Amino acid sequence: MSETGKPISRIDGRLKVTGKATYAAEFNQPNMAYAFPVRATIAKGLIVSIDDAAAKKEPGVLSVISYKNAFRLKPMDMQAQMKAGAAFLGENLLPLQENKVHYLGQFIAVVVAETYEQARTAAYKLKIRYTEEKAATDLKSELPKAKKPKMFMGEEAQVNEGKTAAPLAASAHQVNHSYSTPVEHHHPMEPHATVAVWDSTDKLTLYDATQGVGMTSAIAAYFLGLQSENVRVVAPYVGGGFGSKGLWLHTLLVAIAAKAVGRPVKLALTRQMMQTNVGHRAATIQHVALGADTAGKLGAVRHHTDTYNNLTTFFEPSGKQSLVLYQAPVREVTYNVTTLNRGTPTFMRAPGETPGTFALESAMDEMAYELKMDPVEFRIANHTAKDPMKGHDFSSDSLVDCYRIGAERFGWSARSMEPGQQRKGKYLIGYGMATATYPGGRSAASVKVTMTANGEVTVRTASIDIGTGTYTVLAQTVADALGVPVDRIDVKIGDSSLPAAPLAGGSQTTASIHPAAMEACVLLRKELAALAIADPSSKLNGRRLDEISYADGKLVITGEEKKSDAYADIMKRAKRTEMEACATTQPVSGPGMTVPSALCTPRETPPEQNSDIKQYAFHSFGAQFAEVWVDQDFGTIRVKRFTSVQDVGRIMNEKTARSQIIGGVIFGIGAALMEATEYDKRWGNPVTRTLADYHVPVNLDVPPIDVHFIGKPDPHISPIGARGIGEIGITGVSAAIANAVFNATGKRLRDLPLTPDKLV
Amino acid sequence: MRPFKYSNAADPAAAITAISVNADAKFLGGGTNLLDLMKEDVMHPSELVNITRLKYADIEKTSNGILIGGTATNAFTANHERVRKQYPLLTMAILAGASAQIRNMATNAGNLNQRTRCSYFYDVNMPCNKRTPGSGCGALKGLNRNHAIFGWSEKCVAVYPSDMAVALAALDAVVHVEAGNQEKRTIAFADFHRLPGSTPQIDNNLKHGELITSIELPENDFAAHSYYLKVRERSSYAFALVSVAAAMSLDGSRIRDIRIALGGVAHKPWRATAAEKLLVGKEATMANFKVAAAAELKNARPLEHNKYKVKMAGDAIVRALSNAMNGVGYGMNAGLEAGV
Ligand SMILES: Cc1cc2nc3c(=O)[nH]c(=O)nc-3n(C[C@H](O)[C@H](O)[C@H](O)COP(=O)(O)OP(=O)(O)OC[C@H]3O[C@@H](n4cnc5c(N)ncnc54)[C@H](O)[C@@H]3O)c2cc1C
Ligand code: SF4
Repeated sequence: MSETGKPISRIDGRLKVTGKATYAAEFNQPNMAYAFPVRATIAKGLIVSIDDAAAKKEPGVLSVISYKNAFRLKPMDMQAQMKAGAAFLGENLLPLQENKVHYLGQFIAVVVAETYEQARTAAYKLKIRYTEEKAATDLKSELPKAKKPKMFMGEEAQVNEGKTAAPLAASAHQVNHSYSTPVEHHHPMEPHATVAVWDSTDKLTLYDATQGVGMTSAIAAYFLGLQSENVRVVAPYVGGGFGSKGLWLHTLLVAIAAKAVGRPVKLALTRQMMQTNVGHRAATIQHVALGADTAGKLGAVRHHTDTYNNLTTFFEPSGKQSLVLYQAPVREVTYNVTTLNRGTPTFMRAPGETPGTFALESAMDEMAYELKMDPVEFRIANHTAKDPMKGHDFSSDSLVDCYRIGAERFGWSARSMEPGQQRKGKYLIGYGMATATYPGGRSAASVKVTMTANGEVTVRTASIDIGTGTYTVLAQTVADALGVPVDRIDVKIGDSSLPAAPLAGGSQTTASIHPAAMEACVLLRKELAALAIADPSSKLNGRRLDEISYADGKLVITGEEKKSDAYADIMKRAKRTEMEACATTQPVSGPGMTVPSALCTPRETPPEQNSDIKQYAFHSFGAQFAEVWVDQDFGTIRVKRFTSVQDVGRIMNEKTARSQIIGGVIFGIGAALMEATEYDKRWGNPVTRTLADYHVPVNLDVPPIDVHFIGKPDPHISPIGARGIGEIGITGVSAAIANAVFNATGKRLRDLPLTPDKLV
Repeated sequence: MRPFKYSNAADPAAAITAISVNADAKFLGGGTNLLDLMKEDVMHPSELVNITRLKYADIEKTSNGILIGGTATNAFTANHERVRKQYPLLTMAILAGASAQIRNMATNAGNLNQRTRCSYFYDVNMPCNKRTPGSGCGALKGLNRNHAIFGWSEKCVAVYPSDMAVALAALDAVVHVEAGNQEKRTIAFADFHRLPGSTPQIDNNLKHGELITSIELPENDFAAHSYYLKVRERSSYAFALVSVAAAMSLDGSRIRDIRIALGGVAHKPWRATAAEKLLVGKEATMANFKVAAAAELKNARPLEHNKYKVKMAGDAIVRALSNAMNGVGYGMNAGLEAGV
């Protein structure tokens, strides 16, 4: 009977491939106008004047809005925002409230017109004068001004500073190198877009390409001075996010624009705006030192990161995995963070671990080579089953299996220790591997399940499917929890008016909403059972609740299959056309990424379902293996095959899970070989402006990817046993590839991406 | 995009007249380059005349070669049996460019007129002498990893991005154009594109109002020994870092005649004449290829970020020549092998 785990295809797949799934920009409204934002052309300074005379004369122009005439938003106040669940803006900046410019590309005005092209043409005609100040545009030259932040998202940011110097110096073997990673952009296929509709002066609907409807509603409501239940955010389908679809200025901008013209307004970002206005992964320079004894045991791990932020306290936490992986008596993880006048750095798929595993796992490979140990055996020799900082056991410990199974599937034993040994025609062939890891998070969530007397089931929660498969796996869980077929289940998500769920980020969606979905089904079955038990004409009449189980749309007395009562019959006899139950589950760690006020019927979650962070450390782990072919003349690198073995807890759907890992590996191939946004330090502008300059892998760059899951349910994170899966796939990939390049060529490349110019 | 006037030309004369009377008007081919530039406000013609319905979309045999229509698509041209058989170099070069979707839209004349991909050119807030003469060259002292190593000037260091044109340069193509009053002229391919000099805003020697009707390819005996090699940052759908069109005819192992052109290194397809001279009449050997490549690259003038191109171009010449010598990629599957 079990639907969970089956590789069924996405239930929303047909809608998507036939163009019937509506994305934010497709929610056209009667009488809708179009907004086109105007961006700053300097990286730092003040706007002195905005001459909009010519723009206003353009046909179709309805309004030109800037700091001079924009609706005043409620000012920033972190304390109050936290209370309102409105703290989590992409950048701590409000649109059009003042004349200050913090980075090139900042939205400083918006033109509203009858058509998109009219708005855009008029936008070209604005004449803006600035007084320019010297901007900070280059990481290396700004590092002397860097500060050491105390905290990162509630955790200590400087761990054991200075404590590894002595043990490193005393180590028989040391490696100590710097690794750098570039700015990367999320570039989801669907550009950010919002349609704002003021239903009345105090009620707003936003059709928004967002990863979190609840969060967007809370933030928009806060700054617009509305009740959050009066800001409905709708996002049934989202074409990728990767961390970039939090709340950025354009969502408030379009609300301001719609208010100004008294009409619904649509705003869609251009690809160029997506490089300056919706976040990026900041560049890092990482200094990693490892010390090991002659037996190959690590004695110390040091991981220092130089990076930058702007307009938030967020910075790329690339030391994260170095606090989790390997047994080493001392570890030091520190950060130096300066500020650049550059669009705001933000979360991007596996923030921290993506660049961080490149540095740590390259260094591990360098140490293995120094020790003349096999890189897999070196990692196994240093494996830890406990979180090295907290001392708790990991909630599941299968990393060694990942290494062994991966090595077997990949054929790792054919690798030679010495580089440059394997050649085919003009190609040098190399094998490389690395560890993957990502935290297993979980937040509070509410799910409501409704059943009609006709047997139709509807599941509702304010979660999001950013392309991951949320619709599908939720239907599978509910199918099992009620004993009804998947095709009778309608999943409604992506609407802030539904019961609260976390934003789709941090690989938490499945781990968070499925326990609540299951709990809601339990509640619903209990209510049905209560009706049956009380109903003299039911075969379950007078029986105890704990005797009753369920299957095939019926309640059944356990062990007495003939004694059953169909849900539909129970409801009909009780004259109920519809029944519903809403459940909230919340881990001990608290609501997490969910806006608490919108949770339904908060209930005590049983302790065994608590994902108890006081007893266990929740992490996913995996092993990545790559074979590369290097053309030495041209420095071109092709990944020829890839094996990824992952321990991510229970697999809810073999197909969508595999897709997540494949997507992650492809993301990693991009990061390893080609993705980079480059800036001209004279002006602070991104020079890679289009997807013809910012390369992501094409099909030909993607080899066959062999994905294998350990698949053991995590007994501690929730009764469902699934940890997240969206991000771990990318971690370790670039190190596995760089390590394979070393094995192929003997050249150690420590600066991503590994473009041909670096290898020739 | 700014508003513009749009029309479909009924015949060549009407198209040419419409363009000739308006200095701001442009022919519209597949639009894959021009429309992008208009969206980004780099170009803002006041009028577009669609010429894709004119009768220049075919490939014809002539007494001394073939005529490829100016409005024929890149895809049609690359896959045409005659081209595949007699000019596999052209097939390989076209198929190494852009994507299948773009090649289905792109026309041959549009391809010759496509503008540089220099990112400063595309960003209207940046200085660029090609876009705004006199504003300076953003790339000269900026990020110039993808820029020229030959023939650049202080005014402009851009490269011309076409793959197709590199093959056409090697094949000694001739561009046929038509102007008002049915005036016709031909432009030898080597004279079609220009070096930037002090007027980088002018990409080529086509005059305003001149319509490219066809491109002529003279007969040759290179078919069995030609190769287009493109080095790029990903396996397809990326502009060349460096590319080489190589073609030769052999008497046994002796080189009877040879053509070498480079892409991605200059403001126009770069005929490697120094290398060609050294190789004519010589044995086709790796050693000779290396000497010739070195001679060609001796005159390279790399910029701050593109020094890698010098070695890469040298190695690419050698590889392309050796593949051409060995007949790699010859036959009806020409092009499928294109690349490294
Ligand atoms: C993402 C992307 C990747 C690409 N990658 C590559 C690549 O790897 N290699 C490569 O070679 N190319 C590449 N291209 C460029 C592509 O080949 C050109 O855009 C295309 O060839 C232009 O042809 P078109 O017909 O669309 O020209 P249009 O955009 O219609 O016109 C271009 C210019 O030619 C003029 N013109 C058109 N026809 C005539 C005529 N008959 N007579 C006179 N003037 C005329 C127009 O007025 C205009 O100025 C890429 C393009 C894109 C968008
Ligand atoms: S290289 Fe040429 S196209 Fe590029 S900025 Fe300089 S002048 Fe403009």
